[in-house]
Amino acid sequence: MTATRLVDQDRPALIFRVDGVEVPAKQGDTLLTAMLTAGLGHVRTSEFGDGGRAGFCWMGACQDCWVVVAGQGVRRACTTLVEPGIEVIRR
Amino acid sequence: MKAVVVGAGPAGIRAVEQLVRAGVTPIWIDEAPDGGGRITQRPPAGFSRGASALYGADSGRARRLHATLDALKPRTDWRPDTLVWNIRPEDRVLHTLTNGAAQDEVQYDALILCTGAMDRVLPLPGWTLPGVTSLGGAQVALKSQGVGVGANPVLIGTGPLLWLTALQYAKAGAKPAAVLDTTDLLTKARFGAGMLWNLPTLLRGMGLYAQLKLRGVKLYEDITPLAIEGVNGVTAVHWRDAAWKEHVTPCDAVAMGWGLKPEAQLADLAGVPFDYDGTQQNWVPRKDAAGRSPVAGVYLAGDGAGIGGVDVAELGGARAALALLADAHLPSDMALTHHLDGRLRTERRFRAALEQAFPYPARLAARMDDSTSVCRCEVITAGELRRAAAADAPEMNRAKAFSRVGMGRCQGRLCGTPAAAVLARELQVEVPEVGRLRGQPPVKPVPLQQVD
Repeated sequence: MTATRLVDQDRPALIFRVDGVEVPAKQGDTLLTAMLTAGLGHVRTSEFGDGGRAGFCWMGACQDCWVVVAGQGVRRACTTLVEPGIEVIRR
Repeated sequence: MKAVVVGAGPAGIRAVEQLVRAGVTPIWIDEAPDGGGRITQRPPAGFSRGASALYGADSGRARRLHATLDALKPRTDWRPDTLVWNIRPEDRVLHTLTNGAAQDEVQYDALILCTGAMDRVLPLPGWTLPGVTSLGGAQVALKSQGVGVGANPVLIGTGPLLWLTALQYAKAGAKPAAVLDTTDLLTKARFGAGMLWNLPTLLRGMGLYAQLKLRGVKLYEDITPLAIEGVNGVTAVHWRDAAWKEHVTPCDAVAMGWGLKPEAQLADLAGVPFDYDGTQQNWVPRKDAAGRSPVAGVYLAGDGAGIGGVDVAELGGARAALALLADAHLPSDMALTHHLDGRLRTERRFRAALEQAFPYPARLAARMDDSTSVCRCEVITAGELRRAAAADAPEMNRAKAFSRVGMGRCQGRLCGTPAAAVLARELQVEVPEVGRLRGQPPVKPVPLQQVD
């Protein structure tokens, strides 16, 4: 999926990495926002073979947007703010 | 007097306000980095929209709540970024985890749970595709991040949030491809009179509908959603109109929601019994009109105590705190107590009408296709759940053990309601008879090294 930046997007740009690749983001983005607006399509792959997942609830309840952040472990992409230079690994 | 308030949404803010007023300094816990809850959620630092742009008709309320929140923080033991993941009611202890790393135990004499709600969903073929979100999620994306879950989303569900989200998206520059409402106009009209108990809110709802029409957003009533189409993301929604004609609406995202369900897992762990509320089609923790649960020292307020909306959350939060104070023989404002009781009675009538005007389509859930994933965490199909029913699972927890429905990481938050509808129909009993999934600690996943 591609989430779309609509309003309030005049914020400083930054770069972080997903699976080793540089991805642009904006300060104040959650990892979910940053990954989906950058066109990554999904943030994790279902363990049960039914494809990619990109979260569902956006409010920390469904646990369907888990990613690994280097040095922090498993994090919900929807409740974790992006920081310059952090490394995110999709599983 | 060790008072703990869990949750800093509208209910939590108004509860803490009354405690502080009476000279009590509560420990105040919220899972988010800031208070405000969902409806008046604040974006992270760096966003610049003002309250009017963020909260629309709720902007005055948001300003008042945020001012109170900020004034109260230094007068309490404020603990943001803190998850309460377990309760030991026999010891009156909460287990908390701060910033995903720091473990703590918190003692309480009295506890007010203001844990909020989340969307109630109807699983559809394709609902696990990237691009499908909850309606509340679509709203959070716009409010707290300034993004749309898509540029041309289809919104499916029923209730005021359906119209509100569609209008917010249209105003922000997205073009909703369609708004698909499962409730027919007659049902909405029938219960409209009961909503006169809160005329401003009724008029706001009608205003939303009118504004969507004016903006040319396509609204359909009495529809049946059939499937969400796509491979790596959403490309279309298949649905049937009231005349049983099938349609395919191209779109780049889907937001779905049929009212709300309480996030009541902590009340469950605190030992509060639950009752099925047939009007709102939810299991709700038991409490009296003031918010006292049957468990001594445990009080409930806000949508986590049964869906009431934001007015009820504010009133109920204050009322529960006054009950706590009275029970502890501390000074409490009797005049305010009577005022709140009156307001809450009126609001209950409004809410009952609202819930009936926008019902959860349990009949659609009950009939979902065998191949539809009812549980998205563990990818358990409705067919697997039906087989569990056939293998002697007379209630939800047995069906969970047999089929793994509700055993995933969301702990049945999403699948609980539709799975109960499927199981009940299969067993040919009423929905309340199959019971509800029991809450289990941790109420949300915590790192294994953090569990003693």
